[in-house]
Amino acid sequence: MSNFSTTTEAYASATDAAPAPSLDGNAASSIASSYDRPDATPGAASAASALESTRLSSLDTLESEAIHIIREVVAEFEKPALLFSGGKDSVVMLHLATKAFWPGKVPFPVLHVDTGHNFPEVIDFRDRTVERLGLKLVVGSVQEFIDRGELAERADGTRNPLQTVPLLDAIQRNKFDAVFGGGRRDEDKARAKERILSLRDEFGQWDPRNQRPELWNLYNGRHTVGQHVRAFPISNWTELDIWRYIERENIELPSLYYAHDREVFARDGMWRAVGEVSQPLPHEEVITKLVRYRTVGDMSCTGAVESDARTVADVVVEVAASTLTERGATRADDRISEAAMEDRKKDGYF
Amino acid sequence: MSTETLAAGLETALPTTLFRFATAGSVDDGKSTLVGRLLHDSQAILADTLDAVARTSADRGFGGEKGGIDLALLTDGLRAEREQGITIDVAYRYFATDRRSFILADCPGHVQYTKNTVTGASTADAVVVLIDARKGVLEQTRRHLSVLQLLRVAHVIVAVNKIDLVDFSEQVFRDIEADVQKVARELGLGSDGVADLLVVPVSALDGDNVVDRSERTPWYTGPALLEVLETLPAADELEAELESFRFPVQLVIRPQGALAPDAVAAGLDVEAYRDYRAYAGQITEGSVKVGDEVSVISPGHEPRTTTVIGIDFAGQSLEEAAAPQSVAVRLADEIDIARGDTIAAAGTVRESTADLYASLAWLSPKPLREGQKVLVKHGTRTVQALVRNVTGKLDLATFNVEPASTLELNDIGHAQLRLSAPLPLENYLHHRRTGAFLVIDPIDGNTLAAGLVKDHPGDHEDERYVI
Repeated sequence: MSNFSTTTEAYASATDAAPAPSLDGNAASSIASSYDRPDATPGAASAASALESTRLSSLDTLESEAIHIIREVVAEFEKPALLFSGGKDSVVMLHLATKAFWPGKVPFPVLHVDTGHNFPEVIDFRDRTVERLGLKLVVGSVQEFIDRGELAERADGTRNPLQTVPLLDAIQRNKFDAVFGGGRRDEDKARAKERILSLRDEFGQWDPRNQRPELWNLYNGRHTVGQHVRAFPISNWTELDIWRYIERENIELPSLYYAHDREVFARDGMWRAVGEVSQPLPHEEVITKLVRYRTVGDMSCTGAVESDARTVADVVVEVAASTLTERGATRADDRISEAAMEDRKKDGYF
Repeated sequence: MSTETLAAGLETALPTTLFRFATAGSVDDGKSTLVGRLLHDSQAILADTLDAVARTSADRGFGGEKGGIDLALLTDGLRAEREQGITIDVAYRYFATDRRSFILADCPGHVQYTKNTVTGASTADAVVVLIDARKGVLEQTRRHLSVLQLLRVAHVIVAVNKIDLVDFSEQVFRDIEADVQKVARELGLGSDGVADLLVVPVSALDGDNVVDRSERTPWYTGPALLEVLETLPAADELEAELESFRFPVQLVIRPQGALAPDAVAAGLDVEAYRDYRAYAGQITEGSVKVGDEVSVISPGHEPRTTTVIGIDFAGQSLEEAAAPQSVAVRLADEIDIARGDTIAAAGTVRESTADLYASLAWLSPKPLREGQKVLVKHGTRTVQALVRNVTGKLDLATFNVEPASTLELNDIGHAQLRLSAPLPLENYLHHRRTGAFLVIDPIDGNTLAAGLVKDHPGDHEDERYVI
């Protein structure tokens, strides 16, 4: 693996054009007027060789930032946990945590909010991963809340919005004061404005108007009794970054992320899998198609996309060429309204 | 594009580097349109987002007389904001070219501009300041440039927007360019030898000089805005060569019995790692090599000198590492080291001090009072502090220091604090990381201010006799 190998790509034109740092503090020489004469910049050649040895790739930089955040949270909080669904973002999070504490064990449990509508291969993957890393798994069950009458099934059958109550219950019962999530800011405009450390009140609510400014790499996680913090170490990653990282690090994912034949039917402009909790209506024709999933959530609201990307390298190419955002393409819950994510976050969702 | 050519393209383009930049300016300057244009023309906007924007453009009757879509809607925010017609907060956006991945901190102007600009600029390699070509340099421009000078942003790019509305006039551009440089000289922007200033004529609405060079500004021979952003060195690249090694210890990795089962399964030698002990952190400045002499800075101790015997990263042994890498460092001597200590290149750190002289950018609606108790978070340490006095407040328009005894939201001023324990403070002018700190309210835990360490009065020859 080449995690921290330095980049030797040619960068000559870049350093030619860029004004060189001035060591002598001479203001006049470092204020380039309108960038007109790049060739006239003195010292560019020596700057180029100096920069060559220190340049990290964007994935290295993102990885380093995420590990710094994970370590900060573990150092400053009493009882952190990591939200782990078996989805690719949470798998990447867990991978980063193993790197942050190597050769030690990941020093916190993982928390899964089980909608009861999971893809069986994802649950299987979850259990194998927890076993492999020697972690404790805490499960919050939507089904149990429904059985006890504390939650009601929605008319549309979707259980994703029902995850909030069992999540907050698990956080309170286990006294977790920080919960890592795999949320990324490129997913949604509400997430684009959320902090890396996001303070939540007793009800798990997010108040977008009252967020702490986040400065430099100094994270302020102070909170009072009843409050907890959601930590998003991969805030700055894009979907393509995630896939390039999975490829580079050779990270295992649940098989349904890769192209496979599956019985599906068309609904809401998406391909929905046929399963126990996802049955076609009489007019919906079931066909077998080569598909894969871009997100794995509740089986009753997560759609597949037609794809022949059978390997991680294929997926990287597919994602790079994609013309639909992953949530727009495959998540019915985000289509409910223009501000669907914003509303769920304010109510304590991730 | 066929899959094969795309795959080939990815192959040659990788790995890209990361570049963080922020935008500063008001809605009237066309900031949202510029950001929308950058995202749109670099093809960062996916089809469903574009569809939604086109629909909304049509619904609201926007899109201008030229038809098409209102690019500003691409950066449209939360429903709470739309309902109140305001922008709440810094929004982060992402796009990439063949050479670079960009993180854009889109900082709203108008209300709380100082708070937002400080926040966005604190992590930025570059800041793009917008000026309306019809209006030229305004007081707000001076304020923005003041904040950027104070925060020592490595690259300041002034985009003279709406150049189409002044008929692509070279004279208008040159006059504004001269004004900008005059202000920069007055503020001392660039005087620390790192910052540089570039001025680019653009039309965000039509795309001139945003992604591609425009034929309508033949008198401008410089690069388009995106080309500038693609080629400027990131702050860490600039500083790695200039700064000494600094490594605030985040935590000690000492697994003892609790080795990672996956590492053991992969063949980790359990015996060899039984007494493993390493100090984990992110290199904030400079670089380190195996064999380097380092000083360990801990409160209550004289600096202790030892040697780096290993730099580990998740099972790999590195020969050297540089900012901003996260690593774990092993040292030759058994020294008691904990979170909050700093490992630094030997002999490069001044004595720790409990007297903190600083510039504070006040970010809270609760004003600063003299005599107030606060918390100071510096590196990986948080200590109590007493605000002894406020020594002045900056007039951001003139950059003069005026007498003050309090600081309010969006003020920037100077203050003296007494710390409950000494910290290895360094002047922000030369150390963008170890010279920065947070001021935190001990009651509700909120962040009150961004702090920039200044030299003690008397540290400089010319100041010694003034005090």
